[in-house]
Amino acid sequence: MASTSITETHAAAPLADADAAPSEASLRAHEDRLRRRESLLRIAVPAAIVALLLLAWEWTVRANNIPHYILPAPSLIIRTLFDNWESLSNALWFTVKLTLLALAAAIVGGVLLAIAFALFKWVEIGLFPIAVILQVTPIIAIAPLILIYVSSTTAALLLCAWIVAFFPILSNTVIGLKSADSNLRDLFQLYKASPWQTFRYLLAPSALPYFMAGLKIAGGLSLIGAVVAEFTAGTAGKETGLASRILESSFRTEIPMMFAALLLVSLLGIVIFIVFAALSRVVLGHWHESEMRRER
Amino acid sequence: MSADATSTAAGAPLVGLRNVSKRFANGTLALQGMSLDIGEHDFISFLGPSGCGKSTALRLIAGLTRISSGDMHWSGAAAGNSKNGKTDRDLGFVFQEPTLMPWAKVFDNVWLPLKLAGTGRDAAAPVVKQALEMVGLSRFADVYPRELSGGMKMRVSIARALVTHPRLLLMDEPFAALDEMTRIKLNNDLLAIWREHRFSVVFVTHSVYESVYLSNRIVVMAARPGRVIDEIRIDEPYPRGEDFRTSTRYNAHCTAVSQSLHGALHGVDIDH
Repeated sequence: MASTSITETHAAAPLADADAAPSEASLRAHEDRLRRRESLLRIAVPAAIVALLLLAWEWTVRANNIPHYILPAPSLIIRTLFDNWESLSNALWFTVKLTLLALAAAIVGGVLLAIAFALFKWVEIGLFPIAVILQVTPIIAIAPLILIYVSSTTAALLLCAWIVAFFPILSNTVIGLKSADSNLRDLFQLYKASPWQTFRYLLAPSALPYFMAGLKIAGGLSLIGAVVAEFTAGTAGKETGLASRILESSFRTEIPMMFAALLLVSLLGIVIFIVFAALSRVVLGHWHESEMRRER
Repeated sequence: MSADATSTAAGAPLVGLRNVSKRFANGTLALQGMSLDIGEHDFISFLGPSGCGKSTALRLIAGLTRISSGDMHWSGAAAGNSKNGKTDRDLGFVFQEPTLMPWAKVFDNVWLPLKLAGTGRDAAAPVVKQALEMVGLSRFADVYPRELSGGMKMRVSIARALVTHPRLLLMDEPFAALDEMTRIKLNNDLLAIWREHRFSVVFVTHSVYESVYLSNRIVVMAARPGRVIDEIRIDEPYPRGEDFRTSTRYNAHCTAVSQSLHGALHGVDIDH
């Protein structure tokens, strides 16, 4: 009896503690469990649902003899994709180029502006509202104006995609640069670090996790910006991307072609997301909590 | 060996504070009229309740906070080279947290002070290795801080502070967050390193026992406003070990220091 009561009190104490104020570690462990279960479900559940939907779609089309100009079956979409691969792959390549160029410009612009914001208070106070205005105005509303004022269509498209993509990089990097540990700042001051040394060895690494989070958002947004801008531009221009293919086939009521181009846009978005998630893991995996794999 | 405890009087002090005060922008008088001479190879503890200005005093000595009034003088050798008017103080600083860069391996964390001074990786390697050996972590140069225990992280922090071989080591409640076993071990190791390398230490703590065990001088401080109320010498020979920790003399010193500290608390509402 005595021994049971002892083990009971021993067991009860930590539980009571956990109820009263869960420690950071236990919260993290809990979060981790949830995250791992979630990451498994994240793959399994959508895959199953997509497969089911595709099957249902294929079956509905076949069973009801729905004509392809109303709703093409998934199998037909795949076939259209392969039959028109040459034209579609050119369009895909153009959209990829546009997206990556816009993203690269967003990274350069966002990071440089963020450094200026973090270093000079008045630059931030003066320019932040303008960055917000650019961000909150829907790109679809500005795009026609940009297309009028900028003579090169490609440059106009690039500008539209850049406007959408640079803000998350800017705001995240600014927060990151300001979030360096204050004791470490003192330490750098103590050892008379130059501004450049402080930036290179303290501020930049501290900002990296925030920058990576911004990059993940900006990757997706640059694709959206590129597609939206191209929709506004229509099928004009020498080189055209996937959005133009969608518009073009909509004029010709080539519904399977529309779906094929749409599929490529989605796949491109998914690839961009996966690439940046992997990059984030590579860059932060060895030290930052957000990308740490825990041993249990 | 007993000469160790009385070595302070010899020569000019390393750092001299004369009537130093610090008032923060919000009007709080954090430190009032502190005078202190830090001698060669002193081990001085600042002991007192929260808000007594002991950490502020440490930051003033480090030059991390500006003095509001009074004078601070560094001896010529410890003041080091002055570049563009600023004095380059010859000191190391250990914070309450290990304050390591999580993205850098142990080696790179310890290398940092030398790197900031322009010493390349290869040139610094022997010195960094030596500093890691000093704290018993030579096998851990290639791991990230997150893989270390709290005590080991603190050792890295100490190695980093000592890698420049400073004349003065400032420590701001460095072991407060550690468990009793680790704390005792680190106390002993710190004393051994201090005896071997003969730098001076200013050690901020709120533990009477820790201050008596470590120091040859204890500066007792009181709050509101932060000020020095007493200085107690612990004239006990080094090395000090478990014998000293369990001796009646140790207990007598602890009692005396506690009484002095209670004077500091007398009549003050303690709200923590």
